Amino acid sequence: MSHHIIEIKDIEYMYPDKTKALDGLSLRILHGEAVAIVGANGAGKSTLLSHLIGVLIPSSGTVRIGDYPLNKETLTHIRRSVGMVFQNSDDQLFMPTVFDDVAFGPLNMGLPPEEATQRALDALKTVDAVHLKDRPPYKLSGGQKRSVAIASVLSMLPDILVMDEPSAGLDPYCRRQLITLLQSFKHTKIIATHDLDLVIDLCERTVVLSNGKIIADGPTLQIFNDDVLLQKGRLEKPLRMQGCPICKPAIR
Amino acid sequence: MLNNITFGQYFPGNSFLHRLDPRTKIVGTLLFISSIFLAEKVTAYVVILVFTLLAIAVSRIPPRFVFRSFRPLWIILVFTLGIHMFSTPGLVLYAWGPLTLTQEGLRQGILMSARLLFLIIMSSLLTFTTSPIVLTDGIERLLSPFRKIGFPAHELAMMMTIALRFIPTLLEETDRIMKAQMARGADFSSGTIVRRAQNMIPLLIPLFISAFRRADELATAMEARCYRGGENRTRMKELALSWLDGIAACVFSLLLFLLAYLRWWH
Repeated sequence: MSHHIIEIKDIEYMYPDKTKALDGLSLRILHGEAVAIVGANGAGKSTLLSHLIGVLIPSSGTVRIGDYPLNKETLTHIRRSVGMVFQNSDDQLFMPTVFDDVAFGPLNMGLPPEEATQRALDALKTVDAVHLKDRPPYKLSGGQKRSVAIASVLSMLPDILVMDEPSAGLDPYCRRQLITLLQSFKHTKIIATHDLDLVIDLCERTVVLSNGKIIADGPTLQIFNDDVLLQKGRLEKPLRMQGCPICKPAIR
Repeated sequence: MLNNITFGQYFPGNSFLHRLDPRTKIVGTLLFISSIFLAEKVTAYVVILVFTLLAIAVSRIPPRFVFRSFRPLWIILVFTLGIHMFSTPGLVLYAWGPLTLTQEGLRQGILMSARLLFLIIMSSLLTFTTSPIVLTDGIERLLSPFRKIGFPAHELAMMMTIALRFIPTLLEETDRIMKAQMARGADFSSGTIVRRAQNMIPLLIPLFISAFRRADELATAMEARCYRGGENRTRMKELALSWLDGIAACVFSLLLFLLAYLRWWH
C-alpha cells in the first residue's frame, strides 16, 4: 500500500505579509498511521494542513501524496484521496439540507446520482446521523454539525483524513463519541489539536511544531513524558498523565 | 431581536403544484404576473381571484400560511391604497383639508392593491411549493441557454443557494456582535438618525470582516471537496418535464389569453 504515503520534503511557506509559517519542514507519514500535529498557537499547524490538500502550495520544497506530487495539475487527484475536516463546521456546511451537503463532494466528482445518494447515506450511517438528513445544517447542535462535517468528507471515500481541531467546542459526551468514531476508521489520520488527551486515545505518533519547525517527532507517550520538550513546545502534560489532585497534590 | 425572521418558506407536500417542474412554475408565475397587469375590468379581477383561490386549493397549502406570507407587506398595500385614493383626480366623495377622496381614486386604489395582493400570493405559492435548491436548479436551467454568450448560469445558481443558506448565519452573527457591543455600552436604539447610523459602524466592521473570513473558508472547504464550478458535476435530480407541466402550461396560457381577450376584444 505504498500509494498512500505522505511525503513532505523541506517545505517552506511564507505568507504574503512575510511571516514565515513553515521553515524547512520534512515529514513522512505511512499508510494507516494516526499522527497528531501539536504545538502552540501560530506554530504552523493549520498552514501545514493546508498544504496537504493543496489550498497552499509551498514556496520551496515538495509535497507528495501517494503517487502524486502536489501541483496545480494533480490537485483533483489529491483532493479525492485527502479529506479535510475544518475547524469551524459552520463555515463548511452550506447546502440547504444535511443530505445535499454530504452529497456535494460525490456530485463534484461526477458520480451518477444513485451512487452519490448511496455514498451520502453510507457516510451519514457511519457517523450515526441518518435521522438528520433533511434538516438544515445551521440548525444542528455543535456535536451534530461536527458529525455531519465528517460525513461530508467520508462520502468522498478518502484514503487520508486530515482534521483541524476536531474536538474543539464539543461537550465531553460528544467528544468521547467522536474519539470512538475516529478509532473505528482505518484511514490514515492527521489531526492538528490542542487536546492532548485526545491524542493519547487516537494517535500513536506525535509531531511537535514550534515556529514552523518540527522540534520532535516520535511515539506519543514518549513525547508527553518529556517535560523539557513540552515546555519548549509551549504544551502541558495531558491531564490524564498529571498527578491526582486528591491523592497526590501537585508540587509546584 | 432578529430571530423572528424566517427564510425559505418551503412547505413540503406532494400536490399538483409541488410535482410541477420548477421551470414551469417560474414561467407560469411570470405569465400570471403579466396577466394581472392586463386586468382592468372588474370581470378580469374576478377571473384572477378565482384562479388564485383555485391555485391555493390545488397546492394544499393551509390558507393561513398563505395569508401569513403577506403580513410583513401590508404597509405597502395600505400605502398603495392611500396614494391612489387621495391623488387621483375625479368625482370628489369627501374632502378633508388638502386631501380629497375621489370615486376614481377609491376604485383605482382597491384594484391596484388587489393586483399587488395577487402578485404576492402567487409568488409565495411558488416558494411554498418549491424548495430553494429546486428553485435555483430551475433558474439555472432557464438561464443555461445564455451560457453560450458567457453567462455564468451555474455559478449564479450556486451563489443564490449559498446566499440563502447564510442569511440566518449572518443574522445570528449580527445579533452576537450587537450584544457584544451593547455589553460594552454601545447604543443602537436611541438618538437621532445620523447618530444611530454612526452607531452602526462598530457593528458593520466586524460583520464584514467575519463575512469575508467565512466566504474565504467556505471557498477553501468547497475546493477541498473537489468543487470546480459546473463542469463535470452531476446533479441529484435531472429536471424533466412531464404531462403535468403540459397541463399547467395550458392553464397559464389560457389565463393570459382570457385576460388579453377581456381587455382588448370584449
